[in-house]
Amino acid sequence: MNGQLDDELKYRTDEIEITETSFNLATAAEKTFLSFEREPQTYWKHAWKSLKKNKFALISLFILIFIILLCIIAPELSRYKYDEMLRGQENQSFSWNHWLGTDNLGRDLFVRIMIGTRISLLVGILAAGAIVIIGILYGAISGFIGGWVDNVMMRIVDIIYAIPTLLIVILLSVILKEPLTRAFDESAFLKQLSIFGPGLISIFIVMAALYWVDMARIVRGQVLSLKQQEYVTAARALGASNWRIITSHLIPNAMGPIIVTATFKIPTAIYVESFLSYLGLGVDVPMPSLGSLTSEALGGIYSYPEKLILPAVMISIIILCFNLLGDGLRDALDPRIKK
Amino acid sequence: MNNNIIEIQDLKKYFYMKKSFLSKEPVILKAVDGVSLSIVRGKTLGLVGESGCGKTTLGRTIIRLYEPTSGRIIFNGEDVTTVPFKPFRQKMQYIFQDPYASLDPRKTISDIVGEALDIHNMVQGKKDRAERIKELLKTVGLSSEHASRYPHEFSGGQRQRIGIARSLAVEPEFLICDEPISALDVSIQAQIINMLVDMQASKNLTYLFIAHDLAVVKHISDFIGVMYLGKIIEYSASNELYSKPLHPYTKALISSIPVPDPSLSRNRNRIILQGDVPSPVNLPSGCRFRTRCPIAQTICAEQEPPLIDMGGGHLCACHFA
Amino acid sequence: MSALLEVKNLKVSFFTPAGEVKAVNDITYSLEKGKVLGIVGESGSGKSVSSFALMGLIDPPGRIVGGSITFDGNLLTLPEDQKPTRKALRTSEEAQRSMRGNDMAMIFQDPMTSLNPVIQVGKQIAETIRLHNSQLSKEEIYQRSLELLTLVGIPGPKKRLKQYPFEFSGGMRQRVMIAIALANNPKLLIADEPTTALDVTIQAQILELIKELKDKIGMSVILITHDLGIVADIADDVAVMYGGKIVETGSSEEVFHHAKHPYTLGLMDSLCNLDDACTRLTPIEGQPIDLLNIPAGCMFAERCNFCMKICINEIPPTVVDGTHQTACWLLDERRPATI
Repeated sequence: MNGQLDDELKYRTDEIEITETSFNLATAAEKTFLSFEREPQTYWKHAWKSLKKNKFALISLFILIFIILLCIIAPELSRYKYDEMLRGQENQSFSWNHWLGTDNLGRDLFVRIMIGTRISLLVGILAAGAIVIIGILYGAISGFIGGWVDNVMMRIVDIIYAIPTLLIVILLSVILKEPLTRAFDESAFLKQLSIFGPGLISIFIVMAALYWVDMARIVRGQVLSLKQQEYVTAARALGASNWRIITSHLIPNAMGPIIVTATFKIPTAIYVESFLSYLGLGVDVPMPSLGSLTSEALGGIYSYPEKLILPAVMISIIILCFNLLGDGLRDALDPRIKK
Repeated sequence: MNNNIIEIQDLKKYFYMKKSFLSKEPVILKAVDGVSLSIVRGKTLGLVGESGCGKTTLGRTIIRLYEPTSGRIIFNGEDVTTVPFKPFRQKMQYIFQDPYASLDPRKTISDIVGEALDIHNMVQGKKDRAERIKELLKTVGLSSEHASRYPHEFSGGQRQRIGIARSLAVEPEFLICDEPISALDVSIQAQIINMLVDMQASKNLTYLFIAHDLAVVKHISDFIGVMYLGKIIEYSASNELYSKPLHPYTKALISSIPVPDPSLSRNRNRIILQGDVPSPVNLPSGCRFRTRCPIAQTICAEQEPPLIDMGGGHLCACHFA
Repeated sequence: MSALLEVKNLKVSFFTPAGEVKAVNDITYSLEKGKVLGIVGESGSGKSVSSFALMGLIDPPGRIVGGSITFDGNLLTLPEDQKPTRKALRTSEEAQRSMRGNDMAMIFQDPMTSLNPVIQVGKQIAETIRLHNSQLSKEEIYQRSLELLTLVGIPGPKKRLKQYPFEFSGGMRQRVMIAIALANNPKLLIADEPTTALDVTIQAQILELIKELKDKIGMSVILITHDLGIVADIADDVAVMYGGKIVETGSSEEVFHHAKHPYTLGLMDSLCNLDDACTRLTPIEGQPIDLLNIPAGCMFAERCNFCMKICINEIPPTVVDGTHQTACWLLDERRPATI
């Protein structure tokens, strides 16, 4: 193999300053400066960075935060109550007094829409929360135990899947209305919840009872693949109990898909609630919901279209933003570990 | 009362698999097919073999990650084959091969190493726990500032050290090392080997060292067993295996190890085996090695050679050794 | 006498979000016809990347950022003075593609993932032949495929051609890969860790096979590996890589018996020869280099027991001793001969 000292290299070597100490041995201190470590990047930091790149998801997140803050703060600052009927001010249009006008009973529409948004978001997030808890437990246990237990549990899931859920929700919310009203009368604690109306509570119960199946399937899938991982075997070799393995190793590592699914469940819940309130099965008057506001405005659709459009647009924005956020989260939390 | 910390008697691990949807009879994978061995406290037994020989399965069965199909495991004189194993997990630990897969990516180093302490209730309070973790990290050559970091921030060699620290946390007596250095760079391998040797001396540990690399095993083992398709076919003191290998498979293994010296490498007598390893689902009749053996005769297909002592504790399973 | 392959000052970098990773940082070597070059290095040394560059297989975010590759008199990279315009890149890509699989072939480490699992083996071999010899008839291609399988020592080739990769064992699959590589009688075979995933006894078979074929066909071989033993067995010349640079190169005899670079010496010391009774291994302390934080001077400085002050700041020159070249300040002529 022939080679010659590259001319360029030789030239550069001549340029290097060589002092009398250049060839002394380097001290340990001089050597260690070379190994400064990169700033540690956790999974979440990395995910946040990726999410920021997705402009749609980021904007959606800000819009949602804005809406949430608005619907919490705005009604407190307004001088009108959501059920305050002002005689003589019915069906007003936009004005400085009433930013979004009034409805056919003289109630300030801005406050009502804000309260309605509160209700929708509350129902959506709480329902999603319940779905997450039930779904994770069910899916994790099913996936971890495996065998015939898993088989049976998943067949139950299949059956629930096959049920036309919306119909059942409607049916059950009608059926549960009476027992719930009675329960409210009997218990003082539950009386506080009665402000929402038995219709809404029953919607919540039914959604929690039926809508967890998606989450269960996803969690089960994750658990099935994760339990093959070597760190799970290592935990077992250490003597970890099954419960510890599930809660400490499997579920945390499945957090990505769990969060994404939960984010998508919120708009579903909001949609169901709005739809049912529109049908009159949800909130009790005078409590507003974005859905009930829409149905109230239906009567005056030709004269005052904006009273229908406003709540409808609000629902659409909320659902759209959650969906875009969910999409963005899905990409950001994707466990593509590149070395 | 002998000084054997662990004794395996005729251990078998079979996996029963269905051949296909239609076939009724299950296909049996005889991963470990009757292995007996014992290790003296404080010593190292090296277990060598190629893929499919069952050495990893054997290691995992001993530590009850798989339940044995038959046979006995005796630890410190006690039969632990079927008893609930949790208390023994403190005494027997396992080091995994893949440093990238064996650490939970979502846990900090402190949590990973401390998990063992938590499971077996070995520490009182947070301060004690932190102290202990610091000690353990120091033992394996890492510093306490590494404790709050995550596995992906470390190199392969460092991750393996974390895995070792985890195993040491419970203060075990017996350590099964499953190819702990195969996934590491050559220049790092020696670091880990030295560390294991030092730890053995200072803590009086006993090792079962599983490897496919005969060169590495030679350095660390007192005794070596060679496995092929689920059985031990040769067993002897470390040095004797290399100076006087008896089984044709061992001879072929030794001769196929690459030697980093061109003059030696090109001038030595190579035994190149023909063909591939048979599937453990379809074992050859008689001696399992006969399909690739350069000196196979008719008797090899008819009778399985027993593992017999050829003198001085050197065991070999071959009709013609 | 011109060499078959000449690599001059080759630089390959990957532009990641975390920064520029200089995977190959100025390497120069040449390969004669019929010879075997062993490139030795650990993870992060750049050995695999350099061979991918030869084959033109570097994909974004990586690219060749400097230097030249000349194969059989043809320049495979863009000439120094030429701007990387789209046209220029395309012509260069065309030149490379006709070379790839034809005069220059490559086999990879993991035969399981390198063969397409859903296509019959015979078809995969035929594809290579047809790509560069479109004029051959089906029958001729079939005959050639049979020939190739026999050449690599696979018994019962007629039956084997119709089988799928999963029906082959690891060693057999590697032979199939070699058959595909040899389909068009290449002048150069690049083998990237061809036996790392195989058992020791199978590894010996494959190495024997490569030796045989090399003599029979008269091709040159570049063998990339981390195993010094394999290199000692089969290579005529050796190049040792660390941190993207070649630290020592020479004939097999020179590098193994008269190694001069501290890294090479360290590697040999940390191995255990079967024949001598080593009581304690001498490892190389420290961790492999992080390619995102490249030191200003010698790549190996931090881990070197002989590191001098000049090594930390200045890139070591390549000191030439006939065919034996070493990149180390220890050998520089200006160094006082006290140590």
